[in-house]
Amino acid sequence: MRNFDYHRPADMSAAIDAARAEGAEILAGGTLMVDLMKIGVREPDALVDITGLADLEGHDIGMDRIRFGALARMADVADDQTLKTAAPVLTESLWKAASPQLRQAARLGGNILQQTRCPYFRDTAYSQCNKRAPGSGCAALDGGKTNLHAILGGSDDCVAMYPGDWAQALIAFDAEVHTQGPGGTRTISFADLHVMPGDTPQIETILEPGEIVKHITVPVIPALKASHYLKARDRESYAFASASAAVGLEMEGETVRDVRIGLGGVAAVPWRARQAEEHLKGKSLTEETARETGRIAFADASPLEGSEYKIKLGADVVAGALMTAHARSQGGE
Amino acid sequence: MPKTPGPPHLGLSRRSLLGTSGAVGAGLGLAGSADAQQTGPELAAFNTAQITLNVNGKRRTLNVEPRTTLVEALRDDMGLTGTKIGCNQGQCGACTVLLNGRRMNSCLILAITADGAEVVTIEGLADPAGRLHPMQEAFAEHDAFQCGYCTPGQILSAIGCIDEGHAKSAAEIREYMSGNLCRCGAYPNIVAAIESVRDGQEG
Repeated sequence: MRNFDYHRPADMSAAIDAARAEGAEILAGGTLMVDLMKIGVREPDALVDITGLADLEGHDIGMDRIRFGALARMADVADDQTLKTAAPVLTESLWKAASPQLRQAARLGGNILQQTRCPYFRDTAYSQCNKRAPGSGCAALDGGKTNLHAILGGSDDCVAMYPGDWAQALIAFDAEVHTQGPGGTRTISFADLHVMPGDTPQIETILEPGEIVKHITVPVIPALKASHYLKARDRESYAFASASAAVGLEMEGETVRDVRIGLGGVAAVPWRARQAEEHLKGKSLTEETARETGRIAFADASPLEGSEYKIKLGADVVAGALMTAHARSQGGE
Repeated sequence: MPKTPGPPHLGLSRRSLLGTSGAVGAGLGLAGSADAQQTGPELAAFNTAQITLNVNGKRRTLNVEPRTTLVEALRDDMGLTGTKIGCNQGQCGACTVLLNGRRMNSCLILAITADGAEVVTIEGLADPAGRLHPMQEAFAEHDAFQCGYCTPGQILSAIGCIDEGHAKSAAEIREYMSGNLCRCGAYPNIVAAIESVRDGQEG
């Protein structure tokens, strides 16, 4: 690993000042940053360790909104029994991610900003990667293996998949990200945080240099209670999603009044299946309508060689997640 | 079990001297000396910082580069080679230690960020009389290893698994031990060892 400067500011303004410098990167749990630095994918001149900013710790569940500090640990939030009852999708999408040790170290702010695990992005032996080295090409699209790549939201320059789980619940439930940077504070709709790759895949979010995520809020709505995160993967635990769905339902008698669907393991950015949501609203929830909804969620998918399986699997996962959410809306499991 | 990290005392730091070839050359093989202009464990000459760790109940002070990982500090600087490096990418769990009571992959923790922290490694589990920790006893009793390379990490992780309350069933143990790989495939015996310690604590 190339060496670097290390700063551990004691307050937010010092953190912003240090983080806005060219070549500086923010460090929290470090589970991905340190990994990427070891393999030479990231080579910052300086790391700004923000774990001394106590205001960014913890989470709390209010009547109207749930607030997650950017420094809250995945493991602590995943184990919150009150949150598990109030919003199962927000705990399930955490404990089904990574490994227990990684969840003890990793913080939520870093979790939502995690970078792709595209094997060509991670392996500097491949000179072609538009995300890592803009303009160099894409080794995946140039005859590489594309079975782990995005079938939604990719471009001719980059088909890297956004790998996170929790983000799918956040986008489905209209989360907001509260930041502070050189220009002051702002609130960003979670759906606007990540940027589609287009022809600038090196730009992944709208965050500006020195802008620090302080906390994330999720409005409390009825569909949160009857929610579920279903994750299909190559092995039973500790793997990225082959396809996953973060869903929630609000029923009015037999009719779907509100439905939320986020898709993981399939898209270039956190993905909300709005067309599928609209299709299901006002209908009853049966296996048949759940399966239809799943198929609609992937109607616009563009499979790459080797990733066709994600369309069928993804539709099944959406349907299965909806069935569980429906059972929960009826007071089940 | 403490749930918050200890309070490291690093203030704003800066790199000094590094980048001039003379300084780098002169620094080879030398631990950094404190810059008279700075106080506390800031980055000093040759880009090292002094940190203090409480390792297995002993206070240890050492000089580290920012890029030194905790497992490197434990093994190379302190001679505690019980903690193993497997993948060195946070995937296999061989480097698992308890950091402020939490199980973590020490290969992904920069030592400088752990300043002031309490670390427990496999060397710190036996009591002063040399009696093994119940989890160590259980691993031996249940033959929960073959080659033994993953075992220190498995044992520290297993202690964390029970402390966190995630050992209620064999299925839950398997889920919450998924960050520790065993290429010998001793998994059934590892689960049995953890169950026996859990049941011993309940009794």
